[in-house]
Amino acid sequence: MSKDQSPSTIDLSCNVAGIRSPNPFWLASAPPTNSRDQIMRAFDYGWGGAVWKTLGDPIINVSSRLGGLRWRTQPLMGLNNIELITDRELETNLREISEVKKRYPNHAVIVSLMVESKREAWHDIVKRTQDTGADGLELNFGCPHGMSERGMGSAVGQVPEYACQITEWAKEAATVPVLVKLTPNVADIRYAARAATKGGADGLSLINTINSLMGVDLQTLKVLPNVRGKSSHGGYCGPAVKPIALHMLSQIGADPETAHMPLSGIGGISSWQDAAEFLLLGASGVQVCTAAMHYGYRIVEDMIEGLQNYMRKMGWRTLADFRGKALTQVEDWSNLDLNYKVVARIDPDTCIRCNLCHVACEDGAHQCIAPAAPQDDGRVLAPVVDEDECVGCNLCALICPVDGCITMTEIDTGKTPETWREWQKRLAAGASPDDHPGMVSGH
Amino acid sequence: MDSIQSNFEETLPPLSHDEALAEANRCLFCFDAPCIRACPTQIDIPSFIRKIATDNLRGSARVIMESNPLGATCARVCPVEALCEGGCVYNLQDRPPIQIGRLQRHATDWLIAAGETTFTVGPDNGKSVACIGSGPASLAAAVRLREWGYAVTLYEAKPRGGGLDTYGIVSYRLPVEISLAEVGLVERTGATFRYDTRVGTDITLDDLLKRHDAVFVGVGLGQPASPGLPGEDLPGVRDTLPFIEETKSRPLDTLCVGRRVLVIGAGNSAIDAATAAGRLGAESVTIVYRRSEQEIPCYGFEFEFAKQEGVRFQWLTAPKRIVGSEKVEGLECVQTRLGEPDEKGRRRPEEVPGSAFTIPADMVIKAVGQGPDNNFLNHLGLHLQGPDRLAADRETGATSHPRIFAGGDIVDGREDATVVAVVAMGLRAAAGLDSSLGTPRGAGAIPPVRLKTVIRRSAPR
Repeated sequence: MSKDQSPSTIDLSCNVAGIRSPNPFWLASAPPTNSRDQIMRAFDYGWGGAVWKTLGDPIINVSSRLGGLRWRTQPLMGLNNIELITDRELETNLREISEVKKRYPNHAVIVSLMVESKREAWHDIVKRTQDTGADGLELNFGCPHGMSERGMGSAVGQVPEYACQITEWAKEAATVPVLVKLTPNVADIRYAARAATKGGADGLSLINTINSLMGVDLQTLKVLPNVRGKSSHGGYCGPAVKPIALHMLSQIGADPETAHMPLSGIGGISSWQDAAEFLLLGASGVQVCTAAMHYGYRIVEDMIEGLQNYMRKMGWRTLADFRGKALTQVEDWSNLDLNYKVVARIDPDTCIRCNLCHVACEDGAHQCIAPAAPQDDGRVLAPVVDEDECVGCNLCALICPVDGCITMTEIDTGKTPETWREWQKRLAAGASPDDHPGMVSGH
Repeated sequence: MDSIQSNFEETLPPLSHDEALAEANRCLFCFDAPCIRACPTQIDIPSFIRKIATDNLRGSARVIMESNPLGATCARVCPVEALCEGGCVYNLQDRPPIQIGRLQRHATDWLIAAGETTFTVGPDNGKSVACIGSGPASLAAAVRLREWGYAVTLYEAKPRGGGLDTYGIVSYRLPVEISLAEVGLVERTGATFRYDTRVGTDITLDDLLKRHDAVFVGVGLGQPASPGLPGEDLPGVRDTLPFIEETKSRPLDTLCVGRRVLVIGAGNSAIDAATAAGRLGAESVTIVYRRSEQEIPCYGFEFEFAKQEGVRFQWLTAPKRIVGSEKVEGLECVQTRLGEPDEKGRRRPEEVPGSAFTIPADMVIKAVGQGPDNNFLNHLGLHLQGPDRLAADRETGATSHPRIFAGGDIVDGREDATVVAVVAMGLRAAAGLDSSLGTPRGAGAIPPVRLKTVIRRSAPR
């Protein structure tokens, strides 16, 4: 660690399928990227790129459009919307795109596109868009609401053949990189990813929003968001969707047919930590929407600095130094070691005796954490883990309110690693079923 | 005038809806929570706080009032630092504990403002109980007995119910309306209140025993103790409780307060008297205490409050004589130093020879504690514990008479005579009375003890 560790030596420059930006933080195609003035302001705050709100035939939106999930006192754990693509004239958007590119030549301006499923329509919009000097295109095959009823958005993304066909049409006309934005509203996202890859896409963006109904107002009984007494399903995003996005990202990264594809990660990213996770699971860059809608463009400052500090601490200089570094760990369940065991260890010095681990384990897990026996001197001791019974499920550590109080600690089982798949082979070779891997709990 | 009025409005503001929600959401919802164990009435605190977090305020108030029928009063006057909030696990992290008292107030204020009640009344069991006094012990016992179907009559010497809650705690800590609202909730259970009826004068114990199946004595104390100083009968010398009672029962602009006020004693009532005198307009208020700051008997938060109110403390000062020709002119004192600890472990003050001095004053408030009404004790004719307290079983309230039960300060000689402890005694006595009258009732009849019994598969190793 003797080398220069100042932030200036950290290089955040980013390249997603040939689209270059000074850092990996792009604003996703959404209300924050609706207009020239917004995007210029965002670039001034430090965003490395922006995906222009989807162009197409201008639509008419409804009022209201958003619904929010509040968890306890935290607003916008999740956000859903029934807003459609841009409602501005195509010419206006195109003029503004070129103005942004002229003023910010080094920032990435990617333009999201969605038109009817006709070859000419796609050729036309692709050509007119790239004439603005835009750095790349993103085909919106993802929006789950409104446009899908008109045969666009997720209606395309959900049918691999359509996705492949339209990608091909776009690529026929495109001179700049083409990303395809995938919908998560499918049983297996790999089919759409393969289709887009087959169609010639240069990279994939994921995930788009998830189909959702926000809720019911218990006073008025209105379904939310509400438009004169009616509601409709909308696209769900925000912090709550991040694990779903990470899963789909890793599926595509682990699929031999798509493993080579540059990925632009999207889904609930609101901090540098979130972004780093996407990068570690194979994304070349990330896109942010809900957090910027919640707190404004200013959040990017800490995203940049936080990621730099993290990279410095980890000894990485460029994004390539760690992109996909965690991806190799993602495996089928059948390939997990059945002879690995962790148990909960409670630090009695930091434990605050809330007994939440006890009740969670007792009612929700494996009945192996007991409250300490009462002491004659009135002291209350930390709960006690029965390590023989503990299956290492993590629940207690997850719900413990004290950071670092419960540690899941590996214990030596004395057994060599064996996966379910390996065990099946051993059984097929004649091993006794009694000679199985893993630990047997007493209940 | 408006300013004096505002001086006597509740000091601590209520939590707003958003504040309550945020604070409720801080609660960890501990299992077998130490805050419950620290509450004399064992309120299921995590449960009532969770209900605030889910906007179920009626349910929250129900949980509180079920365990403590004086939940709104106790939310304000409980020494929470020493009880529930002192038990909060956040203390172990050196983080501020949950503001349990203020959350309890949030829920119970809602109940009062909504005009609702959570008390239940059982089917008439044909039996009748008289409660002597209508302070917290009797109110708590009455609620429980009505729940079990007893007819209950409360005999109250004063024109209004609530005892010290109504008359003896300064209104900026506990507004009269809150205490009376809780009395109102007890009235709504169908309990009968006979005001201006002093047992022993207006009606005899024998009458009560004839009319009712059992009697609960919850009269408290109420007779001021005397420091035994020459000059106590001079105009300008007051006892603390009548002084505070005036601030809660008479227009504030009709009250007299001295310019220079001395308070003898340093307990919680002394703090009330001193701060009330200041809020009525006294120029200077000084508490005279014969020990030092370390031995001060009031709660820490009361001491802090008094200091913030500008009350001065004259430590290591023993009053000897109230001086004045026609009215109070001063208090003659001697300096003390602390000697060996007494039987309670507090260092005994010793007078310093030749140190006499006089503090000028035009009002002296005596706040050295209270004793029982001995005439009333004689009228009862029950066995005593010590010189002047009723002998009663701590768990059941049973006295030397099989049909008389007792609870509250008249029984308990402890220094920590909190409202909540008295409520707990009233509830226990109700259960004791109930089982002695032979009403068959399951375990649920015992006053709430909600400590969770943990069922283990095996002993912890």
